[in-house]
Amino acid sequence: MFEPLQYDFFVRGLAAATLVGALCGLMGVYIVLRKMSYIGHGLSHSVFGGAVVSHVMSFNFFVGASLWGFLSAVLITLTTRKRMIGSDAAIGIITTASFALGIALISRFKTFTRSFDAALFGNILGVTEGDLLAIAAVAGATTIILLVGYKLFLFATFDPEVAQYYGVPTVWVDTMFSLVLAATIVVSMQVLGVTLIAAAIVIPPVVARLLTDKFRNMTLLSTGIGAFCGLGGIYLSYYVDVSSGASVVLFSAALFVVALVYNNLKSTLGIAANRARLLSGEAGTID
Amino acid sequence: MLHPFPHERHNGQPIIELSNVYAGYEKQRVLHGIDLRIMPGDFIGLLGPSGSGKTTLLRTLLGATSVYSGEIYLHGQPSRGLRSQVGYVPQLETIDWNFPVTVEEAVMMGATRRSPLFPWHRGRDKKTAGEMLDRLGISHLVKRHIRELSGGQQQRVFLARALISNPEVLLLDEPTSGVDIKTRDEVMHLLHDLNHQGITVVLTTHEINAVAVHLPWLVCINQTVVAEGSPSEVITPENLKRTYGAEMPVLDFEGIPLVAESPHFHGVNGRKNGKTGGVAPAPGATVEMEKERV
Repeated sequence: MFEPLQYDFFVRGLAAATLVGALCGLMGVYIVLRKMSYIGHGLSHSVFGGAVVSHVMSFNFFVGASLWGFLSAVLITLTTRKRMIGSDAAIGIITTASFALGIALISRFKTFTRSFDAALFGNILGVTEGDLLAIAAVAGATTIILLVGYKLFLFATFDPEVAQYYGVPTVWVDTMFSLVLAATIVVSMQVLGVTLIAAAIVIPPVVARLLTDKFRNMTLLSTGIGAFCGLGGIYLSYYVDVSSGASVVLFSAALFVVALVYNNLKSTLGIAANRARLLSGEAGTID
Repeated sequence: MLHPFPHERHNGQPIIELSNVYAGYEKQRVLHGIDLRIMPGDFIGLLGPSGSGKTTLLRTLLGATSVYSGEIYLHGQPSRGLRSQVGYVPQLETIDWNFPVTVEEAVMMGATRRSPLFPWHRGRDKKTAGEMLDRLGISHLVKRHIRELSGGQQQRVFLARALISNPEVLLLDEPTSGVDIKTRDEVMHLLHDLNHQGITVVLTTHEINAVAVHLPWLVCINQTVVAEGSPSEVITPENLKRTYGAEMPVLDFEGIPLVAESPHFHGVNGRKNGKTGGVAPAPGATVEMEKERV
């Protein structure tokens, strides 16, 4: 259990994966409830394009990729507002085009190919102190923004149209959300990889949703589950010797199956108990 | 069944007044030359078919549409933009019932304008919410998920959300749409009670017999105001044809106008021309057809 902790790279990776898991779990609540689950997958591809462009232009990776992701998220939101184009289609067009741009640049300048393996599939060994600092900064800022704007984000997620009638500045909320989301994707890329971020964003809130009906509890649970999956996934990755992103996602998927079974058992037992009450003449409800 | 009670409209200054308002959205003008006055204590039904502009009119009252010309006054003062004095209850059909919110969380959303930051709520807002939930008879349900409630209870939750900000006018978009008859009656009784307690209510409906005829004041909408007045004044074949674009015979049943809504009804005194459907007037009821067809 404590044996791998003697390695600095492992401790850094563990801290990074736990923080990224918690961050993706927290952001995932809003993404899943906005029915934009695919945006995590799409934006990570989009950010990949931005990362390549930043590299080609010798621009700071974090700033360049975040800006690129933010612009993609804003573009998706604007395109969706046109009503004729659904958010799934908008995500499909904008993020794939951006990813294609990254691929095009890589194939044009073939020397870059090697550097982007980690971005595509995640490499926990490559997490530097600077990466860890960036992850901690984004996680901290995201927590503060979502805490301060808790009621605004909740209402804008629950019913964006009615929220504005109740004084919620929905344009501001959406813009902030896009910014935080882009930053989350950028710092998560190193640990999870472009292709696997979506699962880290979607699984924790879905598991949390199976366990609670209350928004506040779902947020706390999803963040905790995300952190737990990050931690458990990295340990799994160490002992089974597989890629960090894959092990985090597989660990989360296993937890999802457990939650689903638990949920089904709970409702089956609930129905059975209700039926027994009805048969014995006690008051019960029929679902 | 509710009956329209004699309704004296207050004199004096309206809460909201629309004067020759043309309004709509970015590329589409929906309302043309709307004149409307909402007086304190009013209980108004906006009646019209789908696409007639009822919801756009509600949004205009909220200050959420583009006003091309005309003027909107709030307490006599020209007003643009969103109006905090107006509470809004959306159609239940538009609510995401799988969203993880409890009754308490949904109701407290109504206090967002007054205290928008941080997750916790002010003691004053919690007290107001508690009083409102008591008043609406759902205080025992605060910890329940919104999906677990009956239709009437669900409507009360969103009424409570609108009312905790203490609005001067309550706007409801199709409050009886998609609910069963029992819930519809429960909701209408509740709205009448709230109105008796001094809350000004404006709702939209396309249901003539079930809802509109039981309201004290009706405004027929079809892009513009077609007619306005008590149900017995407004529910006439002429007004209904201008509002709905269809022939609709009106029956008089003990002073309450009822509409034969079947599209195949083309006759009088129980005769019908259509192959299917048709509505025979109740014994003792008299049928009023649009004048040129009789």
